[in-house]
Amino acid sequence: MVKIVSQRPKSLKDKIFHYCPGCGHSIVHRIMCEVIDEMDIRGITIGVPPAGCAVLAYNYFDVDMIEAPHGRGPAMASGIKRALPDRIVFSYQGDGDLAAIGIAESFHAANRGENITVIFINNAVYGMTGGQMAPTTMLNQRTTTSPDGRKQSLDGYPVKVSEIFSQLPGTTYIERCMVNSPAGVNKTKKAIRKAFQCQRDGLGFSLVEILSPCPTNWKMNTIDSCKWIDDVMSNVFPPGVFKDDIKARATEAAV
Amino acid sequence: MNKFLMSGNFIIGEAAIRAGCRFYAGYPITPQNELTEYMAEHMRRAEGGVFLQSESEVAAINMIAGASAAGARVMTSSSSPGISLKQEGISSMAACELPGVIVNIMRGGPGLGNIRPSQGDYFQATRGGGHGDYRTMVFAPATCQELADLTMDAFDYADKYRTPVMILADGMMGQMMEPVIFKKPKPRQYPEKFMLRGAGDGKSKFIRGLLLDPIDSEEHNWKLARKYEVIVENETRHEEHLCDDADLAIVAYGTAARIAKGAIKRLQDSGMKVGLFRPITLWPFPEMKLRALSEKVKRFLVFEMSTGQMLDDVRLALQGYAQIDFHGRPGGAVPTPAELANVVARVYSKKAQTVY
Amino acid sequence: MITKVIFSGFGGQGVLMMGTSLAHSAMNQGFHVTYLPAYGAEMRGGTANCTVAVADEEIASPVASEPDYLIVMNSPSLFSFQTKVSARGTIFLNSSIISERPSRRDVAVYAVPCGEIAQDLGNTRVANVIMMGAFIKKSGIVKADTYLKSLETIMGSRKKGVAEINRKAFAAGFDFIKD
Repeated sequence: MVKIVSQRPKSLKDKIFHYCPGCGHSIVHRIMCEVIDEMDIRGITIGVPPAGCAVLAYNYFDVDMIEAPHGRGPAMASGIKRALPDRIVFSYQGDGDLAAIGIAESFHAANRGENITVIFINNAVYGMTGGQMAPTTMLNQRTTTSPDGRKQSLDGYPVKVSEIFSQLPGTTYIERCMVNSPAGVNKTKKAIRKAFQCQRDGLGFSLVEILSPCPTNWKMNTIDSCKWIDDVMSNVFPPGVFKDDIKARATEAAV
Repeated sequence: MNKFLMSGNFIIGEAAIRAGCRFYAGYPITPQNELTEYMAEHMRRAEGGVFLQSESEVAAINMIAGASAAGARVMTSSSSPGISLKQEGISSMAACELPGVIVNIMRGGPGLGNIRPSQGDYFQATRGGGHGDYRTMVFAPATCQELADLTMDAFDYADKYRTPVMILADGMMGQMMEPVIFKKPKPRQYPEKFMLRGAGDGKSKFIRGLLLDPIDSEEHNWKLARKYEVIVENETRHEEHLCDDADLAIVAYGTAARIAKGAIKRLQDSGMKVGLFRPITLWPFPEMKLRALSEKVKRFLVFEMSTGQMLDDVRLALQGYAQIDFHGRPGGAVPTPAELANVVARVYSKKAQTVY
Repeated sequence: MITKVIFSGFGGQGVLMMGTSLAHSAMNQGFHVTYLPAYGAEMRGGTANCTVAVADEEIASPVASEPDYLIVMNSPSLFSFQTKVSARGTIFLNSSIISERPSRRDVAVYAVPCGEIAQDLGNTRVANVIMMGAFIKKSGIVKADTYLKSLETIMGSRKKGVAEINRKAFAAGFDFIKD
């Protein structure tokens, strides 16, 4: 008898990813779909993919999806969620989408405590457009638009989304994870599950920031990319739970 | 039928709620704040009604896009500079074929301009406004009663053609009060298959405007274009006032058309035969109706509270058929009927030129 | 037949209420009516004004370039608008705080001491309703009954006694104008 130890999640379409080898998007897509399967929420989930490499996410997620203009995912997700409060609504955003062009929409959705989940892919660079500087690009990191490395005097500092958003009283659960190792992937999956559960329980805004490799634009091989997250990126963007008010909110809700 | 005396901004809000609008998002800007406030106060009485004050006009248009996709009847409103900010989202709604009503209570421009009534956003409204090959239907009410009727109709057209529809009025229409009767709204007919409500046990759907394959994208553009052709063919609306035996017809819409009616009255008293051609839909522009009128009337004066924008559409309709003059007051200036009457009288008494 | 009226005064004098109450009563009496407030960027201070047009036919422009009646509650309003009043038009002015008189010789002028009358009635806030009494008596645009009923409707029944003092104020203004 054959024992199945791993298979494609039902919520993930049977398609070959267009993402580059070593890219974190495909890993995150897959674990999100596993969570959707495990929670049995495929039929009530609506996703909002961003502009950026993940713009084609609807080719992979077998859930209802609507594409948002660049950075507007959280506004659109707010509209969907307010119209359909019993659905599970997530926006999937990159660093440019969330922390640059869409910072207002993201910040205010968080501040309103919208009962949605934001999956935030932080790879410190603009992927789809070819490796330009992102709001999360680190000081001295070279990109095509910071050829001498990001300079604070010109470009300011990398934006630490989890740290900043966790200060907003409207947010409930914020965790930063990494998908550069099997352990990191497992931890990320747990965080995503927790975020979706937080939403399902009606407890408010949840955000999972995921440090995710972009070997192509980092100009590294896949192994080095994973190492670079450990050695460099995680120093600036330390992983961890930045906010967990789930229990407190649940108690509040019960009262 | 109950008659209400309400300001234009309130009327739009009340008509929207009666028409089944259940999601409104907006950001305050003068001179349309009363509409946002009305929705905040009265959306509560509608079951499932959502009012959301957005952080920006950009967010507002995307909020209504999301709620529209989710199946709600949606509306947002703003005034000129805010409508500029919404254009990205309007283009996106047109691409994604999402119904929704967008209200522009125009003020003086360009830039921040001022908060006086103006008609400087005609090009923006009728040419699409945002990027890409698309149009939005544009209604230009001239009375508070029309504000009520057209707001209700706008929701039906938005559903029928799955497209954003704009109500284009100005600060005067927004602030003015007139008696109004709210008609009975039609029941909504919008198939569930266009809504995104979660896949359930069925196939998942997606709504998108990004089509990377140029052939797919071209086909999508032509599909939209065919839809717009149907709208042009079937949905133009206009009013002709005293045109039957007119020597000259003023072409004006919205507040300018009201001023024109006042001017015409004065001109009548001095024995001049002047009529009014008033487009009610600005896009589609009632081009053929205007050209048909040129069989009877050979002289036209376009009057706008702008430097001449609808003038282009009148030229497209009439160039070579009739003589066209123009009078404009841009930037928030509102002329009196007496002033316009003087201008018309001058044109009226000018020797007619041969038209080719 | 169309009649246009401009009401003007300081913000807070209830000038816009004078306009809306006239517009409501004209509607209730079956007339076509438009009401157009002036709106500005500032929330307090400055002058407030509004224009009401009442007609037995469709009203084209809600703007009054030559109003038949001008009702002014403060001096700046008198100076701003007196030149616009049509020949043989009428100006009502609140003589309690306007010491000047119109420079126009071709218009009728009624000076109503709204402030003093209001003081006599024990409520200085009804100066505007007193003026409406005088205006409606003279102009006859709407019936006094219709006006008072409309006023009650728009004021609501928030406070007992409001309707009563308004009735008294209206009557005082109405009686101030002798036939």
